[in-house]
Amino acid sequence: MRLRDDYEESRWHRLEKWVDGDIDPLEGRMEIKPPDGEKDENTKLPEDGEPFFDEEKINSVVYDTAHNKELKLFRIIYRLASVLLCVTLIGVLLWTVVYLPEFGSPDNPINNEVSARYIEKGVEETGATNFVTGMILDYRAFDTFGESCVLFIAATCVLVLMRLDNSSSKEKMKKKKEEENDRLYEPKNDLILQKVSCVLVPLIFIFGIYIILNGHLSPGGGFSGGAVIGSGLILYLNAFGFKKTERFFTEKTFRRITLAALTFYCLAKSYSFFTGANHMESGIPLGTPGAILSSGLILPLNICVGLVVACTMYAFYTLFRKGGM
Amino acid sequence: MDFVCNFPFFSIILAMFCGILSSVLKGPWAKRLCLFMVTAVLVMSSAVLAYTMKTGTSYTYSMGHFPAPWGNEIRAGVLEALTATGFSVIMLLSLLGGMSHIFTDVEETKTNLFFILVDLLMSSLLALIYTNDLFTAYVFVEINTIAACGLIMIKQDGHGIVAAIRYMVMSLLGSGMFLISLSMLYDITGHLLMEPAKEAVGAIVASGSYEVPLLVVIALMSVGLAIKSGLYPFHSWIPETYGYATPAASAILSSLVSKGYIFLLIKVFYRVLGYENVVSSKVINALFVFGLVGMIVGSVKAIKQTDTRKMIAYSSVAQIGYIYMGIGLGTKAGMAAAVFHIFTHAATKSLLFISAVGLYEVSDGKADYRSLRGSGYRNRAAGIAFAVGALSMVGFPMLSGFISKLMFATAAVQSPHKMVATILGLAVSTILNAIYFLRLVISIYSPAEREYGADMSHQASRKLKVASLLFIIVNLVLGLFSQPIVNAIDAGLSMFV
Repeated sequence: MRLRDDYEESRWHRLEKWVDGDIDPLEGRMEIKPPDGEKDENTKLPEDGEPFFDEEKINSVVYDTAHNKELKLFRIIYRLASVLLCVTLIGVLLWTVVYLPEFGSPDNPINNEVSARYIEKGVEETGATNFVTGMILDYRAFDTFGESCVLFIAATCVLVLMRLDNSSSKEKMKKKKEEENDRLYEPKNDLILQKVSCVLVPLIFIFGIYIILNGHLSPGGGFSGGAVIGSGLILYLNAFGFKKTERFFTEKTFRRITLAALTFYCLAKSYSFFTGANHMESGIPLGTPGAILSSGLILPLNICVGLVVACTMYAFYTLFRKGGM
Repeated sequence: MDFVCNFPFFSIILAMFCGILSSVLKGPWAKRLCLFMVTAVLVMSSAVLAYTMKTGTSYTYSMGHFPAPWGNEIRAGVLEALTATGFSVIMLLSLLGGMSHIFTDVEETKTNLFFILVDLLMSSLLALIYTNDLFTAYVFVEINTIAACGLIMIKQDGHGIVAAIRYMVMSLLGSGMFLISLSMLYDITGHLLMEPAKEAVGAIVASGSYEVPLLVVIALMSVGLAIKSGLYPFHSWIPETYGYATPAASAILSSLVSKGYIFLLIKVFYRVLGYENVVSSKVINALFVFGLVGMIVGSVKAIKQTDTRKMIAYSSVAQIGYIYMGIGLGTKAGMAAAVFHIFTHAATKSLLFISAVGLYEVSDGKADYRSLRGSGYRNRAAGIAFAVGALSMVGFPMLSGFISKLMFATAAVQSPHKMVATILGLAVSTILNAIYFLRLVISIYSPAEREYGADMSHQASRKLKVASLLFIIVNLVLGLFSQPIVNAIDAGLSMFV
């Protein structure tokens, strides 16, 4: 048998090393430089208030296109490809539009028995004189429940991302302190803003409530009315500061209102779906179309949707502002 | 109507309601509620499965007092019930396996938010499975996307946030394409419910009007859902997303979320666009080619990884490629193989993610090949589970991966034009799979470089061991008793038409 002297260099040995994970993962992928003297800026400990990482410097080193030809090429190709892709997509979509049915023509496929029944029998079957509301909260109520859950889950995600809790790490506590500094200037006591909002906020609230309550009678409904109320709350917060809003709106209020509204929506509509699918009478009176107390479940459902939307908008604002409510 | 027919509706609503309720609960209670919900969904879905198998037909269930073209509707057949059952089993086991990590990775005050996300994710998956209405599908695609983003970033380190942003950008692009194709389809058919829409599509094809919009609809629908499920050229979000999320989230995302979109795509193909129209439009040939390329490129990239989590993630790219290759074959056998591979990959990939975490636990939390040496001895259950998962991915007989590879090969023989490419792709990809998976299996069973304390073996959580063993059983069941499942898939697919 012949023993090889250069076993270390043989392919089999290299394979064995690769299988064992003995190859240094950074080998050949990283430029290793000795530190430039003792007074390197990177090793200097940060002083108080100075960020530990200089983000600009890190970015300029990581994306050092002057020394990394591969990265430079990749970036050029990537940008070219993405622009080309977008242009192609836009072109294809515009080209398709030409072949679509003409807008507003009476023989279009969308003018079929579906929309005919919504228009002709909508008032009779849902009790709502506003067809759109009748459609989204009665004919297709399951989709709308899904949409309210989209808002709910979006609020949950913002809570995950933005809420600062006491258990958070040290860095975040520091951040929290900064945010509180921002709040120290609250309320800004801007006289013009305060006086104007004294007049506007009640009007905005009344208008929002009107839109929600008349959702089944006139254009509007829970989504639009809720957005109006939410913006009124945000205006009030900007004029008078967190101290005043916290007297009536905290995270607890937010959670309770959302829970109550969505639970009611869920239970009420489950009852209606269940009876509908099993061909039972739901026993919910539709009332006279046009009256404020009419159209069965639509009015309470509009109120629920409005509450969820208003709370979610306000919650988004406060979470982005100071990481809590 | 029998009472069982209500169960699909009950399971969707129960999952949504549990999510809403969890917003006021503390973490541990939200966890119990979530586990209860998944178990209840599992029981109900299997009841529906038994019922539809017995009657041999599917049924629609109107959500409200208005019948099909006017009101919302859901539909349950054998394939829907089977998928719901399979998904809830995997959801339950993934949660169980990753449970201890959820409570360490997520801030204590935010654990209930994690379970809200899981509850709503479950409801959206169920709705995607059962829906009989295109717009309902879109609404729940939205919920699914946002919930998945939340699950990725809830770990709250830099990697998680970057991965979530990548996922969000790609996924929203996919949702946008899906929505555009949906509105175009509505414009040319005038229907959102699947059955009347399919009739209208049939009329369009017969009369030859609106040919171009229909082609664009098919293409946009396929591309949109392919982006969301991570088919090859759109896979760039996968490695970071699966590699850096908390283990339970990785397992759920890789094995369920992407599969939900694929299931929706199959459903839309069969129940709205008409499978023969999709085949004749040649769009599936593009899916076939990209699936094939993904199988090879995903495996090659997996070999190059030094971090084993990313390796498993890149392996997902390859496996998604298998599924799209099966869809792209354009035959019923190919589709059945693709659906079976959905189950195989879901069961195996979650097993790999969960058992790999068991191995990291006993290696100081490190995930590179060198640190993992000997971890198979330090945590025996996880080591065996990982070996089983790896062998199943490679296609070892008796395990689920073998059956799906066999089905793909059999399906390939039946479609002469694509036979050579498919079989070659399968062979090359299998060899590449074997290289990177068996390398890791050898690594975890070779002697460690340094002594680990005796307490290391106790660090592994018991729940993870139980979950690993249950996952092995699921894999063996899929591998050894595949015939009834294949029959059920065939029956379900013929109910789709």
